[in-house]
Amino acid sequence: MIEKQERLTAKKFWQELAKGIVITNPVFVLVLGLCPTLAVSNSLNNALGMSAGVIFVLLGSNIIISLLRKITPNLVRIPVFIVVIATFVTILSLVFEAYLPPLYESLGIYLPLIVVNCIILGRAEVFASKNSVTLSIADAFGVGFGFTIALIIVAFFRELLGTGGLEVFGKQLFSIPVLAESPMSIFIMPPGAFIVLGLLLAFFRMIGVLKHE
Amino acid sequence: MSEAGPSLITIFIGMVLVNNLILAKFLGLCPFFGVSKKITNALSMGAAVTLVMLIASIATTLIYRFILVPFKVEFMNIIIYILVIASLVQIVELFIKRTNITLYNSLGIYLPLITTNCAVLGVTLINAQENYTMLQSIVSALGGGIGFTLMLIIMSAIRERLEFADTPKSMRGLPIAFIIAAILSLAYMGFSGLI
Repeated sequence: MIEKQERLTAKKFWQELAKGIVITNPVFVLVLGLCPTLAVSNSLNNALGMSAGVIFVLLGSNIIISLLRKITPNLVRIPVFIVVIATFVTILSLVFEAYLPPLYESLGIYLPLIVVNCIILGRAEVFASKNSVTLSIADAFGVGFGFTIALIIVAFFRELLGTGGLEVFGKQLFSIPVLAESPMSIFIMPPGAFIVLGLLLAFFRMIGVLKHE
Repeated sequence: MSEAGPSLITIFIGMVLVNNLILAKFLGLCPFFGVSKKITNALSMGAAVTLVMLIASIATTLIYRFILVPFKVEFMNIIIYILVIASLVQIVELFIKRTNITLYNSLGIYLPLITTNCAVLGVTLINAQENYTMLQSIVSALGGGIGFTLMLIIMSAIRERLEFADTPKSMRGLPIAFIIAAILSLAYMGFSGLI
């Protein structure tokens, strides 16, 4: 009996994980957290750094909020969520500043702005405040990986077209001969972010991954 | 001005046109794509954001200069700022409700949304990062708010006409809005020579 129940939660764990990545992908399906998606997707490095940050904050806040869900009065739940999230963002920003200064510099104000990322507050309100800690962890990883995948896809196209090659953590993966000499630098500038995300959304709708409005 | 730094005009033009919050810094995109379908809504939202941004900038600059810096706890600014903004939004909402009910009815539903609007927190963080004085912060907030409102109005006017346009099926709705934003952003890049 106990074993069966455990297997059930394990199954649910993977379900929640998969749901966040594909079915309710925060960026492509729910269109949440646009500010960081557009702002830091100009290079794969930034995208990976931002994703790691978001997963850390999401995981931390989901765990704490899920633990506190029974003692948080309903009336003040939003301020509680915000303080918990802001605490984790402060920790993250101090860690990045100390150990990864170049990344900290290039993420700039978008690192503290994780506080107002709708994805994190949304998961706290919709999921973590109503579910057990284990499921909240699964949810955090699912949504976090969904965000990471979306960010990597956008950053891939932007860096490839904007610089003519791909570079991860200072290592040049490859470069396209002609494009690298005269890259379409518009793609690493703000307009490129809007173009790439707009076309990606349209493409996912066309092949039928996403529902039409 | 006792302290050196960019002049007020430079900050203002920079915030309205060159470093437009929406098109260059990607802040406040949710209302940009969500609210801006009617011009009147866009105007109300813009006004509400500008108001909160202005008050929040004054309050956070005071806190930053007179509490955080003297006590050497600048790293606490994220938590403090978000709490200040959240409570300010509540106060502004109550104040408008008591004093001007017509304004409240037109701004009403947008006010709570502003708490999680990254544009407001973004501007206060930029002020702290650039170490702006009080006057500079006020001008920067005002410029940011005006630039934001301007963008919302432009976008809503375009989207009102877009309703009647024959867009391809998969481009309808958000994707085409992104492409429009890209074209607007491209146009705004032309202003970059101004400062």
